[in-house]
Amino acid sequence: MMKKLIALVFATLVATLALAQEAPDALIKQVTEEVLEIVRKDRSIQNGDAKKAIDLVDAKVIPHFNFQHMAALAVGKDWRKASPQQQQQLASEFKTLLVRTYSNALTSYKDQKVVYKPFRMNAGDTDVLVRTEVHQPGNKPVQLDYSLEKLDAGWKVYDVNVAGISLVTNYRDQFGQEIRNGGIDGLIKAIAAKNKALEGNLAKADGK
Amino acid sequence: MMNRSVTWKSRVAVVLAAGMIASGGPALADDVGHDPLEGFNRAMFAVNEGLDTVAIKPVAQVYDFVTPLPVRAGVGDFFGNIADFRNALNNALQGKLADAGTDIGRLLINSTIGIFGLFDVASELGLEKHDEDFGQTLAVWGWDDSSFLYWPLLGPRTVRDTGGWIVDINTDPTWGTINKSVAVRNSLVALRFVDVRAALLSTDKVVEEAALDKYAYVRDAYLQRRRNQIFDGRPPRIDDSLD
Repeated sequence: MMKKLIALVFATLVATLALAQEAPDALIKQVTEEVLEIVRKDRSIQNGDAKKAIDLVDAKVIPHFNFQHMAALAVGKDWRKASPQQQQQLASEFKTLLVRTYSNALTSYKDQKVVYKPFRMNAGDTDVLVRTEVHQPGNKPVQLDYSLEKLDAGWKVYDVNVAGISLVTNYRDQFGQEIRNGGIDGLIKAIAAKNKALEGNLAKADGK
Repeated sequence: MMNRSVTWKSRVAVVLAAGMIASGGPALADDVGHDPLEGFNRAMFAVNEGLDTVAIKPVAQVYDFVTPLPVRAGVGDFFGNIADFRNALNNALQGKLADAGTDIGRLLINSTIGIFGLFDVASELGLEKHDEDFGQTLAVWGWDDSSFLYWPLLGPRTVRDTGGWIVDINTDPTWGTINKSVAVRNSLVALRFVDVRAALLSTDKVVEEAALDKYAYVRDAYLQRRRNQIFDGRPPRIDDSLD
């Protein structure tokens, strides 16, 4: 009996440790499969329920992203001109915008299959690329890559690449334009206004 | 045939020469450097958005709605099979002979066992599908930086990729080599156009909602995607550490 108990405690301990140090590719696979499993069973998301998709992304995907880093990458050189408070605002507004984009992709889910490409990393690596591919009948597979960095809290995604297009750096020119026109605060306002407009659409869709 | 090839060669030469002139001068590191024709491009973008809203998108939506998935897959595989000819040609021109061999293998398998390309049997057998065109070949040959151009109907291109596209349609069996009938050719070209547009329907909403400036979003996405294709999905990292 005692032996069994010790074995159980030991097994739990090992499992916890393994989770904390989960390899980045395993993390991507686990989160992807978990989310797709939910979408596959959820008719309302498949029928375009954006609010439900956003909730799902918020709960399952967001904890694994580093939005501070993402916002910095999207802004580029001007990031250093922003005060810590502005940086935080930027990260928060950018997060809302990206969640919206990502959730949209989920509502157009149709029988796609995700294939995980072979992954290699060296022991001390703190910055890696995990490559996957989305397959759908009659269409070319779409490359879907994640850049991750190792933080104290574990591996965090800081860039997502769809068919070679970074969802983050693709904003750089648009953000630069806003900063040239209205400074960092102008950019924060522009993203906030966009988010507000999207929220308005969401409310309208809800009402019908 | 001789005449035809002379005309397309001269057409390509003109476009390429125009491209050399347009892309001449020092390359600017700034993103704006890729889009010296922004005023023209934005105007064409607006024209295309109008065309798309009133004519192209509705057709694609109907097609998407009435075509059952197996038919859609068959259409996609059929044109994908034809594209393997272009892939083989351009892989060979870029010196990637093993990849060109795979493309020819795919073409042979899918055209026979795959019933005129309606089924992509080669992928099931593990023969990887590539994505090559003459614009990429020109980039591999050294024309790696080119000004952005937006065309009505054609959509985003660069000067280089416009030249590449002209070579592509002139080496494309759909446009002339395998059939002599203009009606068949036009139907095939139109079907492919609608099929490609329909495949983008789900992306529309994402771009619409994600972009602060739709034109800039589409342009930068196009340029990023081309860079990715030129490097066969593994572009060297642009190092922009922020500290």
